[in-house]
Amino acid sequence: MGFYVAQLLTGLANASSLFLIACGLSIIFGVTRIVNFAHGSFYMVGAYLAYSIVALFPGSILGFWGGVIAAALIVGLLGLVVEMTILRRIYRAPELFQLVATFGVVLIIQDMAQAIWGAEDKLGPRAPGLSSAVRIMGEPIPEYDLALILIGPAVLAGIWLLFHRTRWGVLVRAATQDREMVGALGVNQAWLFSATFVLGAALAGLGGAIQIPRESVNLQMDLSVIGDAFVVVVIGGMGSVSGAFVAAVLISVLNAFAVLVYPQISIVLPFVVMAVVLIVRPYGLFGKEGSGHGAPTEPEQPLRLMSSRATLVLMALVFALAASPLVASDFASILLVDLMVATLFAVSLHFMMGLGGMVSFGHAAYFGVGAYGAAMAVSYLGLPMIPAMIVGPLAAAVAALFFGWFCVRLSGVYLAMLTLAAAQILWGVTFQSQEYTGGDDGIVGIWPASWATSDQAYFYVAFALCIGGIWFLRRVAHSPFGYGLRGVRDSDVRAEAIGMDVKFHQWMGFALAGTMAGLAGVVFAFSKGSVFPDVLGIGQSVDGLVMVLLGGIHALAGPILGAGVFVLIEDWVSRLDYWRFIFGMIILGVVLLAPDGVAGGVDRLMRALGLRREGQT
Amino acid sequence: MLEVKDLTARYGRAQILNGVSLRVGGNEVVALLGRNGAGKTTTMKCVMGLVLQKAGEITYDGVSILGKPSHEICRLGIGYVPEERRIFGDLTVEENLEVGDRPARADAPEWSREHLFELFPNLAERRRNLGKQLSGGEQQMLTIARTLMGNPKVVLLDEPSEGIAPVIVEQMARVIKELKAEGLSVLLSEQNLHFARAVADRACIIEKGTLRYEGGFADLDAHPEISQQYLAV
Ligand SMILES: Nc1ncnc2c1ncn2[C@@H]1O[C@H](COP(=O)(O)OP(=O)(O)O)[C@@H](O)[C@H]1O
Ligand SMILES: [Mg+2]
Repeated sequence: MGFYVAQLLTGLANASSLFLIACGLSIIFGVTRIVNFAHGSFYMVGAYLAYSIVALFPGSILGFWGGVIAAALIVGLLGLVVEMTILRRIYRAPELFQLVATFGVVLIIQDMAQAIWGAEDKLGPRAPGLSSAVRIMGEPIPEYDLALILIGPAVLAGIWLLFHRTRWGVLVRAATQDREMVGALGVNQAWLFSATFVLGAALAGLGGAIQIPRESVNLQMDLSVIGDAFVVVVIGGMGSVSGAFVAAVLISVLNAFAVLVYPQISIVLPFVVMAVVLIVRPYGLFGKEGSGHGAPTEPEQPLRLMSSRATLVLMALVFALAASPLVASDFASILLVDLMVATLFAVSLHFMMGLGGMVSFGHAAYFGVGAYGAAMAVSYLGLPMIPAMIVGPLAAAVAALFFGWFCVRLSGVYLAMLTLAAAQILWGVTFQSQEYTGGDDGIVGIWPASWATSDQAYFYVAFALCIGGIWFLRRVAHSPFGYGLRGVRDSDVRAEAIGMDVKFHQWMGFALAGTMAGLAGVVFAFSKGSVFPDVLGIGQSVDGLVMVLLGGIHALAGPILGAGVFVLIEDWVSRLDYWRFIFGMIILGVVLLAPDGVAGGVDRLMRALGLRREGQT
Repeated sequence: MLEVKDLTARYGRAQILNGVSLRVGGNEVVALLGRNGAGKTTTMKCVMGLVLQKAGEITYDGVSILGKPSHEICRLGIGYVPEERRIFGDLTVEENLEVGDRPARADAPEWSREHLFELFPNLAERRRNLGKQLSGGEQQMLTIARTLMGNPKVVLLDEPSEGIAPVIVEQMARVIKELKAEGLSVLLSEQNLHFARAVADRACIIEKGTLRYEGGFADLDAHPEISQQYLAV
């Protein structure tokens, strides 16, 4: 009995920090409708700052708690800087832009933290005065855990008072419901948003700061916590503070007991719980219908099809590509294969987002399943290359059909979060199923068939599959099915009214996009000769989003251009020190300066130079 | 006071207003009449800065407000009462009023909570209830009271008589007269000619985004074919 109580208390102690970060995220989303990927970075910076400040006052109780609070306040200031320099400019941009911009901030903060604090883990001090354990029902419970258990509800109460007893809080609650109306009643939204962002960032900083006696501080904290924080926010209902509290407790306590039964479950459990909750309650426990939709964006432009001239240019590029092995070095051939893989991946993601209107934060799942499907077919079934290349996309299709069935039942941010959950579940399973997938060590020795081992020969294999896949997706985009999908994107009500099965259309679109991502994964696996779990990771998903964004979402040619630019930039930047910082800056530059992507930027440039008439695309 | 000239507006590709011009003078109640979908709401939203794609001239006291953010337009003294009411359902009646609260201004009457509760006695009884618990008529009163908390000089009132019980419609008419008595100007959007005639000084008729008539009600009654053509359903 005592053991279970101890486990419960550990779960509750874990819940506090999770609640702090998640409620900050939820408050920010509620008011500004921004899904802030950089929230994990605020958490990480809070922990580092607390580590440094507390170290100035060793053994002092006041020094410890003062340091924790100072860290939170400084992170609040950091939030203000981020809000005023970046987010303020993109409140009306589509979700994709906001997500990618905040991911740019993640990259920048990662490298800045590394420059300031170094790459080694930092071990924080014990909390002075709370460094021993008390016995509860015979079990030793760290005193600090008990303090944490109190901090969560105390912060919840503080936020409640702030939101119900101050004018500012009333305005925040009103803005969570209808921020345009709040503006029409004379409230300057810019300051309301800034203040909300500061509060949310400071809460995340506090969440990180109070963790220093329990966990080492490291550079991976940001992305490892953001997944859980998203889950908690979504389970609780976007924008709901009490929902975040209930969800944080639910996840942490469930986790504390589940690890007793199945120790590896930690990584997957939150995402499984989230998937279950969303299927039963599509807006989370305390969310409201529509609470998962981003800001009203500027009117959606119709998707631009390619002009005949652009098609000619593209055809010329394809022919040049086909001829390239005759002149290019082996190294260039390898880079071109990477380019084609990235392009197919981006085109498949664009198919889902640009055509189907479904934003995916987890498209890497299907890329990864394709890659692993082929790799496992080779290493376990002993299949040769060609059959393995069929198994991969089939596996991706099955996964996309399975997860897509759940995802298309939701919309907006909730849909995006469920795709993220699906990807994280698959990543967790892959990471932990050591016997089948090799876990962290991946699967190696996946080489092409003997006739295709030369870089030139494999180039043509990749060429056939990737260009074929892209061509196929473009054909589908122009088919009645593609028009139907676009109709659903532009107005699902109208599409429903004319008798279309909206969900089924979206499901098939999702599955097709997943299958083609799987094909890209297969080509990738054989070109590298190995697969590792990060092909399913958040990083890979975000890469795809960045490519689509770089190219511009409103043009069918966008992802092709975007993938090209992305691979070239990555190839160049990743050789530099602090490449994350540089890359983050590039992303922010694109989001802020060319929000319609490189394609749109070129378009505008040509118009400005008078090379193209207004209205011509 | 408020002057709109050659206003055009679009939602995406759809052109909604094709050059609307109208004036609301000091302490004047102007009715903006038109059928459903004629562009009344869009006109008001343009004035309030809630429609992005617009062109033309909108001036208030001779100063251009076209392109200003809506909170600045509100702070100049223009109050907006939206058609869909847009009550904050999770906030109490008092909190809804709090959101609308602005400092007093020299050129407009100041409305206190007590004064508003006198004007809308039903709200006084329900001051601690949540917005979503109110009836349609009560919500309509609350949305007006909330806007008056900002002490406006001009009120844009979008179809206040729509979808509420006849008794409350009468109360709305009394409220509009009270606003005029307090010295405010009102731009009132309406489909109902009888209601408009009872409260307004002048009428503008809009159809398919174009202004078709501007003048007094006497003229309008003398030429029934006008209202027949542009208002009858
Ligand atoms: N958000 C919107 N997007 C696209 N069209 C709209 C939108 N709001 C209104 N419209 C269209 O604009 C026209 C005018 O609408 P509105 O100004 O609301 O008319 P009224 O208030 O006179 O009934 C209608 O045809 C309506 O369908
Ligand atoms: Mg209307």
